Amino acid sequence: MKKLFALVLSFSLVLSLAGCAGGSNADVNKKSEGVMTYAEYMAAELDAKVVVETFVQAKQSWWDNKATVYTQDMDGAYFLYSMACSAEDYEKLTQGTKIRVTGYKSEWAGEVEIVDATFEILDGNYIAKASDATKWLGTEELIHHQNEFVAFKGLTVEAAGQDADGKDVAFLYNWDGSGEDGDDLYFKASLNGETYTFTVESFLCDNTTEVYQAVKNLQIGDSVDMEGFLYWYEGVNPHITSVTVK
Amino acid sequence: MKRIRILFFIFLFLFLTGCHGSKEMKEFVVPEEFDTSKAYEITFWAKNDTNKMQTAIYEQAIADFNKLYPNITINLRLYTDYGKIYNDVITNISTNTTPNVCITYPDHIATYLTGANSVVSLDELFTDEKYGFGGSELHYDAPAKEELIPQFLEECVIDGHYYAIPYMRSTEACYVNKTFVEALGYTLPKVLTWDFVWEVSEAATKQDREGNYLLNGQKVMIPFIYKSTDNMMIQMLKQSGGTYSTENGKIQIFNDTTKELLYTIAEHTKTGAFSTFKISSYPANFLNAGQCVFAIDSTAGSTWMGTDAPLSDISADKIVEFETAVMTIPQFDPANPQMISQGPSICIFNKEDSGEVLASWLFAQYLLTNEVQIAYAQTEGYVPVTSKAQNSAVYQDYLDGSGVDNEVHYEVKMKASELVLENIGNTFVTPVFNGSASLRDAAGQMIENTTKSVRRKEEINDAYFEKLFAEMSSLYRLDPKQSVSAVIGKRELGSLPVASAILLATLAGIWFFMGVYVIYGIRKKKKH
Repeated sequence: MKKLFALVLSFSLVLSLAGCAGGSNADVNKKSEGVMTYAEYMAAELDAKVVVETFVQAKQSWWDNKATVYTQDMDGAYFLYSMACSAEDYEKLTQGTKIRVTGYKSEWAGEVEIVDATFEILDGNYIAKASDATKWLGTEELIHHQNEFVAFKGLTVEAAGQDADGKDVAFLYNWDGSGEDGDDLYFKASLNGETYTFTVESFLCDNTTEVYQAVKNLQIGDSVDMEGFLYWYEGVNPHITSVTVK
Repeated sequence: MKRIRILFFIFLFLFLTGCHGSKEMKEFVVPEEFDTSKAYEITFWAKNDTNKMQTAIYEQAIADFNKLYPNITINLRLYTDYGKIYNDVITNISTNTTPNVCITYPDHIATYLTGANSVVSLDELFTDEKYGFGGSELHYDAPAKEELIPQFLEECVIDGHYYAIPYMRSTEACYVNKTFVEALGYTLPKVLTWDFVWEVSEAATKQDREGNYLLNGQKVMIPFIYKSTDNMMIQMLKQSGGTYSTENGKIQIFNDTTKELLYTIAEHTKTGAFSTFKISSYPANFLNAGQCVFAIDSTAGSTWMGTDAPLSDISADKIVEFETAVMTIPQFDPANPQMISQGPSICIFNKEDSGEVLASWLFAQYLLTNEVQIAYAQTEGYVPVTSKAQNSAVYQDYLDGSGVDNEVHYEVKMKASELVLENIGNTFVTPVFNGSASLRDAAGQMIENTTKSVRRKEEINDAYFEKLFAEMSSLYRLDPKQSVSAVIGKRELGSLPVASAILLATLAGIWFFMGVYVIYGIRKKKKH
């Protein structure tokens, strides 16, 4: 009897937790009045005023009371470029924090983003899991996931360029090798014969981070799994936050 | 490519200096001898245009210099934009941890000078017999002072003293898709005018029913894109006779001419004929994709321009075939062309050890040797700052090779360099004073704000500009009623407090009576 009771209790607990999680997700993604859904945001014209509720996934930088932040809700992602933000508020923008953002939809070199924005912190928390974007590489589908937190699996590291002696190298400081330690890292990886460029954005992940060190240790031919944000610059230019050599 | 942020750190600097109270450095005095037995470590903060050739030239220059002066080690730190250097320097002035040698703009030096004796005045060093320009004790073949292009050298004078040496010079150029201009039925004039550029740009905005532009058959076309809107406003004002600032820093930019220029820009933004780098992206990307007719950028950005550009941010399949014309920026008076002179200069920061400062100077001066000047000028549409380099056989050979390849002799780059050389006499610089960097930022921001507002369908009228002027004046602390700072490196302290005035009057009185007493004594002696 005790065993049966314990089993029923456990089953009930699992069900209730699952119910809570489902209910929580629904509530968390619920938009306040006057706030756009992701679909409405995407349908809005460039330069239109937009109001969205979204969740901080990562912070890129803070300068002169302006913050650049990667955010996402359950339907899509919003890149917030140079948003008005005090130093104190920037500290509050931890991963998962829900914010209401008012700004203007803009496009810069193919990157759709919200600029000249202000924000307020709301109750709620959501941390996006990385969607597997491997299958979208080289397809029209990829751009529909712009700025989302994604994963790429089983890619092969290719030569990023040559060093001063003409020897192939697996990564470059800056896009052409003109930089030095601490600058952005650029590397290339291929899948099914197509090669793509990936970046470790030094404002997002500086040279003290694991991903920065991991990319510096890459070897041409390594098979890697990666995670990062699907940033755009004149084409897809993911900002990578983790690299695992298999 | 990382998007460049334009940062405003003057307030931060004032805040930091106020908080930390940086220790005043003693004035630098040139040592009698340079101690070659003592080891010196010099930090050099340099800027490159995200161009690995430039990085390689800095590294080579450091290695070559170290062979000449084995006791001087140069530590290179690279930056890709001036704003970040500026930020780091002003942060480090407050803690006396500035670099030794730094690539910079005179506008920025004017702010650095707020820290007393933080930047070395180079007047004595220039003329020092042993270590000055072409000095007798130098281990390399340096230019004489007379061999620096006088106009470039004058740009480094602040408050009557030399605080920098020019390193490279450039100006802006208009990179034109000549193929498109002719397809629209126009012929490029000898000198571009604003009227011509606006007219052709308007003609390029025509679309079919599906929204494709007739000129390129694409969904995207921004006929006229300007990279540096600071320069755009400054040059339009200069050319049209509008005021900007006085030499001693009185702010004059908020005027009717500025308003009229902004009205014109708004009119052409509304039709989709104009946009800016900050709003849309790099002009070169649009130009090379056949999505732009007139792209204005520095001559130091010329290697990115044109169908065969050696540098590109867009994929090869997006690049279209067209003929690139490299022209001076548009003019209001084509008979009297005027354009800005720009490009990096070098300043030296003061240190407790005068030998360390002298070591810094030896390296800075080494950057003016023909080897460095010619090599660096070849990386972009720069020109050397010395006649010694410009007139050298090596440089002349380089110019003669225009177009023979798409790398070192890339035709667009060579034309850009020639444009600078031909227009040295038509260039100008804006007055430098503590606050001139803020004024420059405000000049560009007015264009950016107006352009954004038009795109966001806000009403543009006199009231809009009144508000804009007030916002800019407040944001950048630009009060048109008074000079930002009439005297570089000294604070304007306002009227003298009463107690101080009494004290000074008393001292003057004592000196007066002492003088009378001395004269009385002398006369008394003579009588005897």
